[in-house]
Amino acid sequence: MSLLKRYRFSFLIAFVLVLLYFINREIAVKAIHITGYSFKEMILIIPPIFILLGLLDVWVPKEVMMKYMGEKSGIKGIILSFLLGSAAAGPLYGAFPVAAVFMKKGVKFTNILIFIGAWSTTKIPMFLFELSSLGSKFAVTRLLVDIPGIIMIAYILSKLVSKDEVKKIYENAELM
Amino acid sequence: MNGYVMYIVVIVLLAVSFLRDKKKTKMAMKKAWKSFNNILPQFLGVIMFVGIVLAVFDTEFISKIIGSESGIVGVMLSAIVGAITLIPGFVAFPTAALLLENGAGYMQIGAFVSALMMVGILTAPVEIKYFGKKLTILRNVLAFLFCFIVAYVIGKVAGSI
Repeated sequence: MSLLKRYRFSFLIAFVLVLLYFINREIAVKAIHITGYSFKEMILIIPPIFILLGLLDVWVPKEVMMKYMGEKSGIKGIILSFLLGSAAAGPLYGAFPVAAVFMKKGVKFTNILIFIGAWSTTKIPMFLFELSSLGSKFAVTRLLVDIPGIIMIAYILSKLVSKDEVKKIYENAELM
Repeated sequence: MNGYVMYIVVIVLLAVSFLRDKKKTKMAMKKAWKSFNNILPQFLGVIMFVGIVLAVFDTEFISKIIGSESGIVGVMLSAIVGAITLIPGFVAFPTAALLLENGAGYMQIGAFVSALMMVGILTAPVEIKYFGKKLTILRNVLAFLFCFIVAYVIGKVAGSI
């Protein structure tokens, strides 16, 4: 695929940013500042995640991952998916490449969805921060509702997509 | 801070890996670069996109929506704003606390915080690359609906202090 085609989305957004500069300079400058901030965050979080994933891919055999999080992993797999997602750092988009490697390693589809759910909303460092800023009643209630919610969403999603579609998603992960 | 810890962990692991097997380590780095390079265009686009949207939806704008509106409409708007924006937790929680102090309801804040974390409209291009359109849309829609359940329960539990 040509470079131009691969980056067309980035170019489009950059073009919007330039347009914005002529329409409203103040907002455009602010947007550039925020982009710079997010970029810094990305540089801090994303490269280590990808290197970790490379190491995981090379060192952890598929059988081991399948045993703990695969089709027959049961409750153990669910708990492990929760813990791995909750222990993570970084924004939600960091979870997707991890999920792709999990798929390559034969992790069960619902466990992958639980992992994504946990990463999005039950991260431990974030929970501690939420506890101190919004109080225990708020944070604990949210956590208690979120845990069954994440499992429910994972199972509903796996019912909504067909086996073929799941297979396609797993095949796509092989290419990533 | 968190990021530096990650770098240290990764460097230590890489060193251990390198000492045990040079070839495997090289392969791991190659794989890491391949998947990074693969998703980089989406990342760059999304990051600029987030910059633009957050410049428009600043804290002032958000507090106007969540603070002045009340009831179901307020909850809806809070969830929508949360679904669109992508604010890191260490900014979002203090903001939410401030909004609560300034008269926003627990239900609205519950909807806002939940949608912020679980629904990612701006990051959808990255999600689609990995999970395809259908699953991405379904996941975000379900998560969005779930935010109202969370908001309701939080409103009942925390709001009745």
